[in-house]
Amino acid sequence: MEELISRIVVGMSYGSVYALLAVGLVLTYKTSGVFNLAYGAQAFVSGAIYYDLRVRHDLPIPVALLVAVFIVAPLLGLVLDRGLFRYLRNATAIAKLVTSLALLVAIPQILKLWFGQNPAAGTQGIVPRGDTSYNPFGDVFVSRNDLATILVTLLVVIALTVLFRYSALGLQMRAVVESARLTELAGINADRVSTASWVLCSFLAGLAGVLLAPLFAAVSDLNYTTLVVVAISAAAVASLSSIPIALAGGLGLGVLQQILDRYLPTGSVLASNIRPALPFIALFLVLIFSPALRGRRELADPLAGVDPPPPALASTVRSAALTNATRIFGVVVGLLAAYYIFFHASGQWLDIAIRATILSVIFLSITVITGMAGQISLCQATFAGIGGCATAQLATRFGMSVLVAMLIAAALSALIGALLAVPALRLGGIFLSLATFAFALFFDNVMARFDWVGGGVVPEDAPRPTIGFINFDQSDKAFLVLCLLILLVVAVLVLAVRSGTTGRYLDALRGSETAAASIGINAARARITSFALAAAIAGVGGAMLTIYERAANYDPNFVYFQGLIWVVLVVSLGSRSVEGAIQAAAGLFVFQAVILNQVVPWLADHVQPWYHMGQPPQTLAIILLSLGAFTYAKHPEGILEFNKRKSLEAIQRLIDRRSSKGGATSAGGGTLDGSETVGLPAAAGGPAS
Amino acid sequence: MSGLLSAQSVTKKFAGITALDSVSLDVGDGEVVGLIGPNGAGKTTFFNCLLGLLKLDGGSVTFDGRDLAGVPTHKRARLGIGRTFQRIELFSGMSPRDHFLVAERVRNGRGALWKDLLFLGRPSSDENARADAMLELLGLQPAADRPIESLSLGVGRLVEIGRALMTEPKLVLLDEPSSGLDRHETEVLTEQLRTVQRERGFAVLLVEHDVEFVRSLVERVFVLDFGTLIASGTTAEVFADSAVRKAYLGDMV
Ligand SMILES: Nc1ncnc2c1ncn2[C@@H]1O[C@H](COP(=O)(O)OP(=O)(O)OP(=O)(O)O)[C@@H](O)[C@H]1O
Ligand SMILES: [Mg+2]
Repeated sequence: MEELISRIVVGMSYGSVYALLAVGLVLTYKTSGVFNLAYGAQAFVSGAIYYDLRVRHDLPIPVALLVAVFIVAPLLGLVLDRGLFRYLRNATAIAKLVTSLALLVAIPQILKLWFGQNPAAGTQGIVPRGDTSYNPFGDVFVSRNDLATILVTLLVVIALTVLFRYSALGLQMRAVVESARLTELAGINADRVSTASWVLCSFLAGLAGVLLAPLFAAVSDLNYTTLVVVAISAAAVASLSSIPIALAGGLGLGVLQQILDRYLPTGSVLASNIRPALPFIALFLVLIFSPALRGRRELADPLAGVDPPPPALASTVRSAALTNATRIFGVVVGLLAAYYIFFHASGQWLDIAIRATILSVIFLSITVITGMAGQISLCQATFAGIGGCATAQLATRFGMSVLVAMLIAAALSALIGALLAVPALRLGGIFLSLATFAFALFFDNVMARFDWVGGGVVPEDAPRPTIGFINFDQSDKAFLVLCLLILLVVAVLVLAVRSGTTGRYLDALRGSETAAASIGINAARARITSFALAAAIAGVGGAMLTIYERAANYDPNFVYFQGLIWVVLVVSLGSRSVEGAIQAAAGLFVFQAVILNQVVPWLADHVQPWYHMGQPPQTLAIILLSLGAFTYAKHPEGILEFNKRKSLEAIQRLIDRRSSKGGATSAGGGTLDGSETVGLPAAAGGPAS
Repeated sequence: MSGLLSAQSVTKKFAGITALDSVSLDVGDGEVVGLIGPNGAGKTTFFNCLLGLLKLDGGSVTFDGRDLAGVPTHKRARLGIGRTFQRIELFSGMSPRDHFLVAERVRNGRGALWKDLLFLGRPSSDENARADAMLELLGLQPAADRPIESLSLGVGRLVEIGRALMTEPKLVLLDEPSSGLDRHETEVLTEQLRTVQRERGFAVLLVEHDVEFVRSLVERVFVLDFGTLIASGTTAEVFADSAVRKAYLGDMV
């Protein structure tokens, strides 16, 4: 009994922090439409700064607290809102999600430049001697840290209640949370409300970050990102709209986690794998089973007739000229690169070429799921991992040829993809992405650890194949050719699907889901197909990587974080076209090999004020590439695609000018130019009479 | 006249308001019926209920002798209900021809993933011919291959109608097809609609504010006000009804 009670108290202290984070998530979502995936990263910022000031510099608690929570955290919120999300107010949900995803990837990396790459041990709470426990009722032990956390949360809740009940700003925020669009009609300045809520929420994140620190042994970004998942579940329980439910949900999940942790049987592999994965399992179950989320599909927009339809993108159409130009250019560049790699390059460049080819295959799965189906899936790395592990298992355990194994593995990935899609697609939009996120984390933490999946401690081997007299084990060049062939096949298949029925149905669904349903398109079926197809493609890519490395290295290659980076990269460079995927993959490796290996070491030698700079190349690559995602909202076709289109338009204009000077009137020229097309006027809701 | 569509005491409530209060209405095979009423009367809501985009809070809908309870939207469409939207809903990035081709593919149900993978998913020649026929019928050939964003609202409304017709519906629900169009465009649209309807013989349920439009097309009218039916009958009867004139037309005629 005492044990249970102390578990509940500890659970409440975790739960308080979750509750703070959940409230912040709901508040930003409702006031600015952004589901802030980077919320955990924001908490990490304050946690790290507090640690640095308090532990490394031994500053007094109030000073460290003041700087980390009351100055830096709100400032960060202000900067994010004013500098970034304000410009995204009318952007699509995907654009907002991608931006917050990029922040989730970039913020910890930026901070690590200064804070150091490794987790820092020896955290301290916000009260002196936090480890000291009291035992007021017999054997129930309560530490000072837990007490402080619970008390602070209580204070914050009281303060929030007062704010929301009695202050004008709080009332406005609440009104916006209830119905953003009605409030706007009532003349409330939504921009101001959004900024205020970003500042407030960022403060909450900072506070949570500092409070969480002593609960972990070390300050590390992974702890924060994965624990914020529980907060996301709490926010999802509240279907992202009710603050009190989010609060209660956070508390409840904290306590539940502790109780389960205590009473789950120990010993079995299953139990020891499930324990750390409870947050992800909870999120997945909440998303799939929460009835509140399921009704979301119904048309529930009271002002649907009032709003003008969103402006159409001039960029959704790709001209034939652009396609041909890129094709020719691509073939020429490809041939040149191939010539160089085969006859002149060092082994390093061969390695880069092989990896870029394999990554291109995986990226094509993102082209299918995001470019064609318009969904953001955060578990493509997991599907690649499934493909890789299955190939290795089949090859090692059943002595199967790896190429046959690869096909079976792809089919398995497709099956799992379809099974995941069936429940997840009922959710749609942001919740779909969250479900895939939960699935990726779950797979990383539970499934991948089983012997029969990831191979346990030692990854399973996957030998390179031998076809006829070609031994791919001996020659990397031969293997590169094999990879290129596979890439070609996959790319052609993707093109075929895109121009076929599935592709057209998905186009229609992206254009207007309601209209697509009104002519009889089965949205769920088309999307499940696309999910399965994307999973299969990712599976093939994962299998190739596994064969190349001769073992299924789940950990660095296929963990959820890779999946996040990949999505951000492909989406910001161009997810609509097949070349987009190839360019993104090639770009990533060339960028790492050329710029980072040559420029950064110089920078690190000559301008290194940072005092803990660990491994800058990787970090910088991630930072720079993820920052590229901020262009997504402006150029949803992808930044490369956008620039290609612009240059082609410039050439077209030049040609037009030439030909009109020559006397010939070029009629209807410049249809490529977005500015010359006549936009469809907004359909007014009112009567025409 | 056999009943094609029959709605029995359809009720729909949104938080606080009753948007539809026990509305019963029927449309016969090949009949052109009007549904009029002031703004916010619940006409669009009624369409959404018929198509299953909204769940009913009471009542039932029968189409072609079949109870539609629990039938998802896309299946209702395949049973033969087509519709257009008040707030235009087109597939951005596609040309009018693409719109028709997609609808045609849904109708003939020939699509399959394995066909796509073998490059058999492209439009066949008879599909192209049918799309061409629809483009010609609606006079859309000049705009056939331009992206939909570059076309005017009037053309957009025609594309919506054509897209609905491509699925060969037995009943077409038209939600304010003239809204946002000028006098001339409206006349053209009326003319097109009349011709096509005569040629194909589908039934129409027309929501429209433009009284002339309604009068020139419709045989029977239902009048909705604040979610309740306040009158129904032939066009002449209804427009003569003083209650209707007061509730709806008072300041217009
Ligand atoms: N999803 C919804 N949630 C809440 N209220 C809604 C919703 N859809 C419609 N309403 C309300 O139901 C009533 C009927 O709306 P509806 O759009 O059906 O009217 P209408 O007859 O089509 O009007 P109009 O001529 O302006 O198109 C209105 O009061 C509207 O505000
Ligand atoms: Mg309406």
